[in-house]
Amino acid sequence: MPSVAVHTHVFARVAKSTARLRGIPTLRQAFVPQPVVGRTPPELRAYIEGSDQVSGRPFMQEVIDGLTRPLDDADLTGATFERTTPRLVAPDTEDNLRQLFLDNRWTDFLPIVLPTEERVAAMLKATSQPPDKVVGRMRAGNFRETWEYTVEKVAVNAVMAGARPEYFPVILALAASNTTSRQGSTTSMTCLSVVNGPVRHEIGMNCGIGALGPYSHANTTIGRAYSLLSQNGQGGSVPGETYMGALGNPLAYSLAFAENEERSPWQPLHVQKGFKPTDSTVSVFVGLRYVQEGFGPRDTWEAKFRRCLAATAYLPPLVVLDPIVARLFQSRGIGSKQDLIDWCAENARLPARDYWDDQWMQTLVRPRAAAGVEPYATKLKAAPDDIVQMYEPGDINVVVVGGETQGAWKIFGANYVTTVSVDAWR
Amino acid sequence: MAQLLSVHDPRGYPPKVTGKRLAPRPAGLDGKIVYLVDCLFDNSAAFMEQLRQWFAEHLPAVNTQIITPRESWVDDLDMRKKIAADGNAAILGVGL
Repeated sequence: MPSVAVHTHVFARVAKSTARLRGIPTLRQAFVPQPVVGRTPPELRAYIEGSDQVSGRPFMQEVIDGLTRPLDDADLTGATFERTTPRLVAPDTEDNLRQLFLDNRWTDFLPIVLPTEERVAAMLKATSQPPDKVVGRMRAGNFRETWEYTVEKVAVNAVMAGARPEYFPVILALAASNTTSRQGSTTSMTCLSVVNGPVRHEIGMNCGIGALGPYSHANTTIGRAYSLLSQNGQGGSVPGETYMGALGNPLAYSLAFAENEERSPWQPLHVQKGFKPTDSTVSVFVGLRYVQEGFGPRDTWEAKFRRCLAATAYLPPLVVLDPIVARLFQSRGIGSKQDLIDWCAENARLPARDYWDDQWMQTLVRPRAAAGVEPYATKLKAAPDDIVQMYEPGDINVVVVGGETQGAWKIFGANYVTTVSVDAWR
Repeated sequence: MAQLLSVHDPRGYPPKVTGKRLAPRPAGLDGKIVYLVDCLFDNSAAFMEQLRQWFAEHLPAVNTQIITPRESWVDDLDMRKKIAADGNAAILGVGL
């Protein structure tokens, strides 16, 4: 079918790159100014009657020409090509190699440990899995190409992050989640990892004071290894081409921690997800665009939680509590994680007008609602002033972590993705 | 002379890219059905409506039809079949 794809101009590089990697580098595309969101019909009409933001020609001329211009040889053949990545880069001095890694955007711009053959070999000894085994696949976005990576490639990124070999099974489990922490989304989403089970103590993970901060070698380097693997394993995370996050996200550097199972009065996360208490696992959450926080619970906690839950729109709450908070909740009749989850699901509410007046909801959720997918379809039928429930209980998660220096809690907006066995990668 | 180091490439493995040809183009659009595919991004419906109006005013011999997939971010095969069966060309857009 003769077609022309219309984009806003800031997506020109990513649109052209995607077309090339789909084998149609001459795909006909036209570009209007950014943004389309929030523009009035007359303003959109001016876009249409204005110039293509890439070619400079009249926009509609670009569109009509794209639909009718006869095909040339390049249009008829497309582009077929194979690529690979070498196992090793050309030998060089340390300074030159560091510059090469920076120039190629293979780092997060913090210093790395160069992945020498010796260091990677030492990392590989920490798993029984063969180096050439494919661990998983990632892509920077829904319509990007999917790359795959082996145990050895994961080891390379683990070395770069400064991880010790004993952490490697956790990093492999994260790699096996097939979930990138470097999505190219304009929303700047990223991932958070929660480790459960005996491996936490075996490798010295921090589940106490400062667990979410830079106060543990294991936490910091495991999170960083996952981030570096995500950008390199998927073939890049380059602004304007494979990364389009408007603001970026500081949590994308590294965010992995262990649940404080021993001090928690509640069931560990991995047991909630169907694993045994003696299993070692890592759970992945994606989102982290919103973070609310507070202390307590005090007498007015319900009102505060309602405000925070409403503000966590529109990603479901991942409630992260210090053990003090969990026990205080118990004293107030919230006897389990499920009780807190049910309370949050019941009390996270908004007027339908507010619920739907959001770019995320309009773009991703409203079409599903219009297609009849529940529970969204019912919410779409609500009158603007009707109060709608924001989340289902199954969307919400609770993790207990922290060092009991304060009754602190945070609510991350984050979707639960999966829990992966660490033991399978030992 | 500084010591030379041998280090690994950290990148994963890309898939093979298989070339696809563009569809043959008509010589003109008069009398043709052009589907305007609203990708369901925020305000893309308003953009497509303006595009429809532009065709109606400037190229009235072109029959434009606005169409939407069943959801955003999905490859709606039913919609594609309808466009292929009834249409002669398509304009897709527009994100953000």
